[in-house]
Amino acid sequence: MSTTTTPDCKVHPGNPVESFLRTDRMPHIWCPGCGIGTTVNCFTRALIDSKQDLNKLAIVSGIGCTGRVAGYVNLDSFHTTHGRAIPFATGLKLASPETTVVVYSGDGDLFAIGGNHLIHAARRNMDIKVICVNNLTYAMTGGQTAPTTPEDVITATAPYGTYDPAFNLPYLVEAAGAVYVARWTTFHVKQLARSMQEMFAKKGFGFIEVVSPCPTLYQRRNKMGDALDTMKFYKEVSKTKHGAPTSEVGLTKSGEIVVGKFVDRERPDFTTHMHEHLQHSLGDKYIPAEGPVCG
Amino acid sequence: MHADPVGVLTGAHFMDGDHAACEGAIAAGARFAAGYPITPSTEVVERFSNRAPRIGATFIQMEDELAASIAILGAVWGGVKAFTVTSGPGFSLMMEHIGYAVMTETPCVFIDVQRGGPSTGLPTLPAQADMMQVKWGSHGDYEIIALCPNSPQECFDLTIQAFNLSEKYRVPVFVMMDEVVGHMTEKVVIPSADKIEVEPRHFTTKDKSSFQLYAPVGEEQTPEMTKVGEGYNVHVTGLTHDERGYPNMTPAVQERMVKRLVTKIRDNAEKICIVEQNQVEGADVVVVSYGITSRVAQRAVEMARAEGLKVGTLRLITAWPFPEHIFRALAPKVKGMVVAELNLGQMVREVSRCAEGKCRVAAVGHAGGTVHNPQDILKAIQEVAR
Amino acid sequence: MARGAVSIVVERCKACGFCVEFCPTKVLALSDAFNSKGYHPPHAVTPDKCSGCDLCGMYCPDFAIHGYRLDKAAKAAETEASDAR
Repeated sequence: MSTTTTPDCKVHPGNPVESFLRTDRMPHIWCPGCGIGTTVNCFTRALIDSKQDLNKLAIVSGIGCTGRVAGYVNLDSFHTTHGRAIPFATGLKLASPETTVVVYSGDGDLFAIGGNHLIHAARRNMDIKVICVNNLTYAMTGGQTAPTTPEDVITATAPYGTYDPAFNLPYLVEAAGAVYVARWTTFHVKQLARSMQEMFAKKGFGFIEVVSPCPTLYQRRNKMGDALDTMKFYKEVSKTKHGAPTSEVGLTKSGEIVVGKFVDRERPDFTTHMHEHLQHSLGDKYIPAEGPVCG
Repeated sequence: MHADPVGVLTGAHFMDGDHAACEGAIAAGARFAAGYPITPSTEVVERFSNRAPRIGATFIQMEDELAASIAILGAVWGGVKAFTVTSGPGFSLMMEHIGYAVMTETPCVFIDVQRGGPSTGLPTLPAQADMMQVKWGSHGDYEIIALCPNSPQECFDLTIQAFNLSEKYRVPVFVMMDEVVGHMTEKVVIPSADKIEVEPRHFTTKDKSSFQLYAPVGEEQTPEMTKVGEGYNVHVTGLTHDERGYPNMTPAVQERMVKRLVTKIRDNAEKICIVEQNQVEGADVVVVSYGITSRVAQRAVEMARAEGLKVGTLRLITAWPFPEHIFRALAPKVKGMVVAELNLGQMVREVSRCAEGKCRVAAVGHAGGTVHNPQDILKAIQEVAR
Repeated sequence: MARGAVSIVVERCKACGFCVEFCPTKVLALSDAFNSKGYHPPHAVTPDKCSGCDLCGMYCPDFAIHGYRLDKAAKAAETEASDAR
């Protein structure tokens, strides 16, 4: 038998995720059964499989549990302010066009406080890749109602159940202009990794929603079992429907979870469009910004 | 190093302060601006949007000031010099990112063309009422640098200075204009590029194993910089962090980190601060002012001198860090100081604090909308001189 | 004969049970032993069945386990040895 166990939490030789982690910061802060770490596995597999030049990749997070991803990955990484990962990423991308910019954040950060930035970045088709871990709640602050919390769910700020309608994220992002929109759950690790890889290869605003357990605050408070029960629930109720109309993929407390790639379309990204337009308007006078020029 | 000639519009120009500030930013090497329209500052980014595609720069109009003020920080980490411009309500929205820029030691420039407040206030009319907000508006302890031009020429010169200081100390620097200076049109002389001193970004040359993004260097106590794509795999966070940039939320690290963020400016305040003094030696009364008010105060001072009063002037070019050493030295030598500003008492609090009761300090406040009537400043001078 | 094996960092484990549940060949079970945080890390109960598919590694939210193919590992070791020469 060649199974090995190691007691030291700082090293895990051979684990493909290892070289992507700031292992000196392990163990991480996420709760037992939290799905964020699982999405990080998929992210690193996607990077490995896409043979991405890791020096040309930056990750930008906002605030919250998922916001901590930036602090654990051994890449140029930015843990910004609450809701503002996308405008930070916009500035970063425009200043350093050769860098692949990934925004990795949570549903509250991206769709409540950061909602305006998200729709505008999608409208511009800014070439940034958004991974939204949707645990349906504000986890870092103790499980309050998020704009993604389905109806009739108990939260810290809805002790009698939520009656505040939730956003259907793929529908919103498609309407705003994203060229790539997909949804998976943390159960769908292979599909998620492949989807991320596909999104990285596509120029323009890409968005993947990953439905993920928050066993400590969401499932427990709603008597929905632990993280493993949630994963089994995802397995049971998920239905893959590639190309499903996003208007029909809204989430409910215990109903079907439609997963798959919903949108994959062509539209010039912001920078390409800007260059073409200015070239046309200014002709020879146009001097494009060519990345860092900072003596 | 010298300015890049691509961006320098050498020659004598007739332009307003907003446009001059834009030219100063370009001359200083700014190649990225993000903005959101707001009166009376919009002309700065309007000009930048016109100039940018012809000098290899990028302008983006963001969806709000929150976005603009952090897009520039993203751009800085992408390797360029960047700035944003706003006024009143927009400046209020940017407060969180002042703190983030301070905390992450991101060199950048904010231009605030001050208008009357609070709230929407007087969109088209002047005030100088954001002077305390710029220093104290973001939460937590911090120090920043703020400069106050009083002419379009200074809007050009001090914007360059702002970029230079931001690179030197890895700190956000603020050009605190006011509506009058922003919209006043005067002669602005732009030197040739080889006559403009520009502070380069201090990119580290250390290797990956020895470079620490937040390890202080030199008497500036300021770490070296890097940008994405260099293989340093930096981590930048607004959380309390150690020298590597890793979150470390302990009282000991908080103490060490915040102290350095503050002392890198406080310990270098005498080097950073610029004031303009005139006939202060032997004066009974010194009139303290800044921005457009300094030009109105000059009229009052001339009237007082015509009456035989011994009046000097002290103009704050650097408002923050406050030039304490100058005021502490001056207070025992004069009968009093008259502080004129377009607000109901902001920088006068600093003057009083540094005077330590050793001379009288009189405030000549004005809620904005117009500049002072010089007679009001004259009356205060006469009163203090008595 | 096992085609694969798992490697476990017991101190990172928080005992969510994902690896145990989703292992296609049911190699794993949570052990009775505790790690220093009081969690029961997994161990291989039927190691011969391990295919080295690394699905456990993809699921593990704590980066505490991964699976690998023994033929690939042997090949890598061989390459390393020849590189060392």
